[in-house]
Amino acid sequence: MELQQKLEILADAAKYDASCASSGAARKDSRAGRGVGSTGGAGICHSYTPDGRCISLLKVLMTNVCLYDCHYCVNRRSSNVERARFTPEEVVNITLDFYKRNYIEGLFLSSGIIRSADYTMELVTEVARQLRELHHFRGYIHLKTIPEASPELIERAGRFADRISINIELPIQSSLVALAPEKNLPRTLAAMAHIRNKIDESRDSVMASPIRAGAGAGNPGAATKPAAIKSGPVKSAPAKAAPFARSQSTQMIIGADASTDAVILQRADSLYHDYKLRRVYYSGFSPTAQPSILLPPQAPPLLREHRLYQADWLLRFYEFKVEEIASAHAPNLDLEVDPKLGWALQNRASFPIDINRAAREQLLRIPGVGVRSVDRIISARRFARLRLADLVRLRLAMKKLLPFIVAADHHPQNSLDSEHLRARFVPPTQLALDFVNAVKPSPLDLQATLSGEM
Amino acid sequence: MQVVSVTQSAAHATLWDSWRHHARTLLHAAVRPEEVAWNQGVEQASLFANVNLGRVDLTDKPPNNHSSIVISKAFLELARSVAAHSDCTRWALLYRMLWRQTLGGERALLAMATDADVRLAGRWAKAVGRDIHKMHAFVRFRRVDDGFLEPHAPTQRQCFIAWFEPEHDIVRLTAAFFQRRFAAMNWSILTPRECVHWQGTRLQFSPGVTRDHAPSNDVLDDLWRSYYRSIFNPARLKIKAMQSEMPKKYWKNLPEASVIEELIASSQTRTQEMLVTEQRPVKAAPKNAYLRGLREMDSGGLDDDGL
Repeated sequence: MELQQKLEILADAAKYDASCASSGAARKDSRAGRGVGSTGGAGICHSYTPDGRCISLLKVLMTNVCLYDCHYCVNRRSSNVERARFTPEEVVNITLDFYKRNYIEGLFLSSGIIRSADYTMELVTEVARQLRELHHFRGYIHLKTIPEASPELIERAGRFADRISINIELPIQSSLVALAPEKNLPRTLAAMAHIRNKIDESRDSVMASPIRAGAGAGNPGAATKPAAIKSGPVKSAPAKAAPFARSQSTQMIIGADASTDAVILQRADSLYHDYKLRRVYYSGFSPTAQPSILLPPQAPPLLREHRLYQADWLLRFYEFKVEEIASAHAPNLDLEVDPKLGWALQNRASFPIDINRAAREQLLRIPGVGVRSVDRIISARRFARLRLADLVRLRLAMKKLLPFIVAADHHPQNSLDSEHLRARFVPPTQLALDFVNAVKPSPLDLQATLSGEM
Repeated sequence: MQVVSVTQSAAHATLWDSWRHHARTLLHAAVRPEEVAWNQGVEQASLFANVNLGRVDLTDKPPNNHSSIVISKAFLELARSVAAHSDCTRWALLYRMLWRQTLGGERALLAMATDADVRLAGRWAKAVGRDIHKMHAFVRFRRVDDGFLEPHAPTQRQCFIAWFEPEHDIVRLTAAFFQRRFAAMNWSILTPRECVHWQGTRLQFSPGVTRDHAPSNDVLDDLWRSYYRSIFNPARLKIKAMQSEMPKKYWKNLPEASVIEELIASSQTRTQEMLVTEQRPVKAAPKNAYLRGLREMDSGGLDDDGL
């Protein structure tokens, strides 16, 4: 089979994995080496496809032949998709050729499971090994790992990779039993815990290495860094741990099972807190040319995925709790308004918030005000009492925040109590929940997801 | 009114250097911002050239004598970005901000997030930052034989040339990034504003050139377009999201952009076909020792949802 045809099949097979991030890697570059590559800054998206997704990494599978029958996946054994398999050298060469032309930040390699978890893991790791050891490649490598692979193989993969991921796919075990019978939630979580420990050990070992410790010796602040506390006094630091990836991420498929947003967000919250994941990706289950009898024929509205990302942001950067956004009696996110505005409409007694007096955590609750804007407000109000004109200058979404704030020259009066407040944010023609013509996010919404501001 | 010209010269390799030189001199002479007219690139006898002046240190170093005025590192970083912006009033804005923070007594100016000058400088710095980010992303190197640009000694190193059209004067602000990343290659990035070259020892800069100095294709372009086509999901078209991050102005220099239209045009038919495809049944597990092992593990395992 021609290389081009293999690439077509094995990229097509990889595209349902939403993750493409190239951030969070250690700082490294090619100035002293014989190869190419650098990482350590913000991630870079080298292109965008018309589905709005970025191309940062070359995202391919080693092979799309697979023993498993995960029904949300186009590569499951019951799919009739055309199959192909790369050799490690082929993936290595395409990665280097693409990288040298500045098409990509690096490689995101995954694979269908063939023969066994260990066999597949070795195949994937061999590509990373060749890139790092034979070609001195310093670009980004993200490896997908298999929970059932031996811990030694996962550690070996982590030595070459900047990021490791295991896809949890569905938030609860009963859904996996129904749709992905070979997968198992407790085993996945155990592997994530193992990876978390390796990431922590490697980071603490770097923090406590003689070079770092020496540099920080004269700096009394160094001892108070969280990582230093964790590894105890520098002298008793454990023997230098092997290098390991800096972060792990995962993906959940949305709309393939009946899980509510509350269940999905609780799982995500636990992954962030208990397993220290860098990112949880939400991927709305998407129709493919290989539909499964076990799945709903219609994909969920893209807007649901969008709202989940917004809620995820509220959990990570705005100090919200899952129960505040998706509770037992309203377990799904409101598609019509973003979750922060939704919370404000449900909790009007917490408003109006005085932008000249309120604490940071209160400012973070104001609809339409992002984290950076909160910082600017706090900085600017030291010099003068802020008026509406100041907020306009900060380019805030005035229409959205006016009912919820008090400024030097503004009080919302009774508009907060108005029955029509919600209607001000929801176009009247779209009041009915209509999944066929689902509410499209506005350009402002899109901007907000990209910048993380709400 | 003094007319001051910001100019590249032997003494000042960049406009930024030139502005710093002039700003330092003016500030030391206590010239108010409204008394200066800034222009750029035109050699003119500056009226203040014969005023005899001491020095004002426009770096982040601590003052080493009492005549120095301390400028914050934060302002210098902001000013370096603003200086790359293409708006011709940037030099006046920067001098006004410099004056306000020093002789004007507004030491905390940068913290005044609602101040009009601070906001404008912030917006321009952000636009420059975005341009830099897009240049890191959208430069496309094309492999050439060594000696493509000008004949020189043959090299073992692979040679590449890129063409890019930045909106602002950012070639010098991006060069180090490409040097760190592609240290083992020989490369040139050509732009209409300025060009940068790397052959393994030091970065060199030369004046801007036209598009026809760069190669227009690469042997890998087709494979790259194949990848671009295949990674696209026709079932979730979001053209606006694509364009907000990759505006059309960049398309003419991106090899993959030539297939965007075809992908959009065919997406609806492709998705419709998916939706009318008959659903496939479950397929029994093949005989495989590994799968059997998994089932044995499962039978002894937990089956609660663990939430």
